[in-house]
Amino acid sequence: MTAASLETTKAALTADNIMVRFGGLVAVKGVTFTIPDQSIVSLIGPNGAGKTTFFNVLTGLYRPTTGTVKLGELDITGQSPHKIASLGLGRTFQNIRLFGLMTAAENVMVAMHSHTTSNILQIVGRTRHQRREEKDSREFAQEMLDFVGIGRHADEYARNLSYGDQRRLEVARALALRPQVLLLDEPTAGMNPQESAVFVDFVHRVRDEQKVSVLLIEHDMSVVMRVSERITVLDQGEKIAEGGPDDIRNNPRVVEAYLGRTGTEGSAR
Amino acid sequence: MSVRAPEVVSSKPKSDLAANHTRKWALWFAGIAIAGWLFYTFLVPNLGSGPQLFIRQWMPLGSINEALVWVICAVGLNIVVGYAGLLDLGFVAFWAIGGYTAGWIMSTFFNQIENGFYFLSAAPPNQPGIHINWWIVLIVAGCVCAFSGIIIGAPTLRLKSDYLALVTLGFGEIIPQVFLNGENIAGFNFTNGAKGIAPLDPVAALPFGPATVAIGNAQIAISKPLGPFDVTAKYAMFVLVAAFAVFVSLRIREGRLGRAWLAIREDELAASMMGVPLMQSKLAAYAVGAFMGGLGGVVYAVHNNSVFADRFNFSISIILLAMVVLGGMGNVWGVIVGALLLAWFNSTGLPQFGSSFNSQFGTDINFPSFNYLIFGAILVLMMLFRREGLFPETRTRQVLQEAERSDAEELDGGEA
Ligand SMILES: Nc1ncnc2c1ncn2[C@@H]1O[C@H](COP(=O)(O)OP(=O)(O)OP(=O)(O)O)[C@@H](O)[C@H]1O
Ligand SMILES: [Mg+2]
Repeated sequence: MTAASLETTKAALTADNIMVRFGGLVAVKGVTFTIPDQSIVSLIGPNGAGKTTFFNVLTGLYRPTTGTVKLGELDITGQSPHKIASLGLGRTFQNIRLFGLMTAAENVMVAMHSHTTSNILQIVGRTRHQRREEKDSREFAQEMLDFVGIGRHADEYARNLSYGDQRRLEVARALALRPQVLLLDEPTAGMNPQESAVFVDFVHRVRDEQKVSVLLIEHDMSVVMRVSERITVLDQGEKIAEGGPDDIRNNPRVVEAYLGRTGTEGSAR
Repeated sequence: MSVRAPEVVSSKPKSDLAANHTRKWALWFAGIAIAGWLFYTFLVPNLGSGPQLFIRQWMPLGSINEALVWVICAVGLNIVVGYAGLLDLGFVAFWAIGGYTAGWIMSTFFNQIENGFYFLSAAPPNQPGIHINWWIVLIVAGCVCAFSGIIIGAPTLRLKSDYLALVTLGFGEIIPQVFLNGENIAGFNFTNGAKGIAPLDPVAALPFGPATVAIGNAQIAISKPLGPFDVTAKYAMFVLVAAFAVFVSLRIREGRLGRAWLAIREDELAASMMGVPLMQSKLAAYAVGAFMGGLGGVVYAVHNNSVFADRFNFSISIILLAMVVLGGMGNVWGVIVGALLLAWFNSTGLPQFGSSFNSQFGTDINFPSFNYLIFGAILVLMMLFRREGLFPETRTRQVLQEAERSDAEELDGGEA
């Protein structure tokens, strides 16, 4: 898909004029943004640009000061996080947040909470419905773990998995929500170049086989340029550019934002 | 990323191991409970007076029955604290509400009902008040407590854990006070105030059938209304209630709700982002825990044949918490052992040790008055040396073993 054709497809997620204010600090300033259906888009920007904050608005952790978020056609602004998650928005975290003392399979099964219905009495009575649901959940969890390539670790505690496997488990867990949109916050942080290269293919596989739209926050420009169909650039809370990888690469404002920062950081080090 | 290492022939899956583990402990629980019953029913009456005296002093069945009340409540508190990770410092509230529910519908207390309302009760006929079969009272009290748990929990569970602890502490203080001062609420006597509700209806194992059945020279009570000295029959019934609480705890741990609780305990924010409704799940933990608190309250009322508001004090909440921590937060079996140990120590072990000590050395030390000092010391020592409790749940134990292993690995690395 090209950037132009993306404009015409329908949106999986739309954020309209989002503003987030923390006291005096405006972390996100009137950002409008769409994720076209079944696309892979990236959100980039220097440290502190407001990317994670923007994620947190989409997932319902923060209520935007102004603006609306729509998942498909549904307005989800101000809904509680668990509601939004169950409606089809899965995410991973910049700092891995797995349930460390639960097994990989259990981690994934937690995310199936909103897709299962057994109540207390059915659980205690272990009714047929409950047993079927447990069995299905377990199988689906295994499927997700196999999909991300850690199926053999299903019975291991999440905290015992290697760093890379933990990142994959986070993806498997988010996918168990059966989301329409998957948000990945710096998924390649801590990966070496080879792992990052493999990751690009992985994201494509996730999109194609799980039929989700993917939004990435990413610092690794080689990953961003290879994986994204469209890129949005934030700087100090403002959207300064949007377009395909080539547009962004050559956009003077983006170069300036990055170089400006890199320059000061470089001199600080 | 799709390259897979050859499948390692691993040991049995964790779920199987856990099931075996559970079966083993459940067998022990049942075995010890039945052995205890056989021991007190058949063996003790036939012992010489020396051993009988020893047992009456060190292991009276009455104190074991009371310990079972603690077990039931501690298992309930474990759901809230151990499973869901919510600190509750006012669990005594549910114990009290359960007790008063029993007082209300198992006695002559509501004497406005002059001809009495009877339902499968072992109480003598033609008395005023409400007289419901005690097994049903258990369910009613459990539900009343679960409902109260939701009412108390709804406004408080939004709070962060430290504040939650404070508010539950407040409720644990307020509710017994309400009962203590409930003699005249808008002209209506709700609780009999400090006089309490006594006596309660006698209870029976079953509402029908023969009064007793003879096995050897022991008379096993069936539908006979039990008096204060029928402790063996009460023991059997209390064990059943405890077993029910344990059963529910184990089952609920397995399903989607148990997983949601664990997830909340591990990382509340991540859990909510994975579609777990925090309020609803926490309220469920609160309600299930409170239900068991209600069971414990009824059993305690039946054990004492009375309900007095001044017995429901703050220290009960703390002792319950100590039992959960000592036994091993989250592990039902550990909590049972913790509850039995501390309850026995408090009601029998310490006083008995004290009187032996005093008569041996001619001293006059009031040992039972040191119980809180000793509990406090136990808690501090546990926190210092064995935070996971005597019998930690498998998950927590795992962390510990791992910590040791990685320490060792670090040493290896240092030497290499
Ligand atoms: N809860 C909060 N309260 C106050 N300020 C916040 C909060 N969260 C973020 N901020 C501020 O908002 C700004 C944007 O932060 P954010 O974490 O969104 O940046 P980011 O683009 O994700 O950066 P990074 O690349 O380092 O992850 C920062 O200045 C940050 O300090
Ligand atoms: Mg960030």
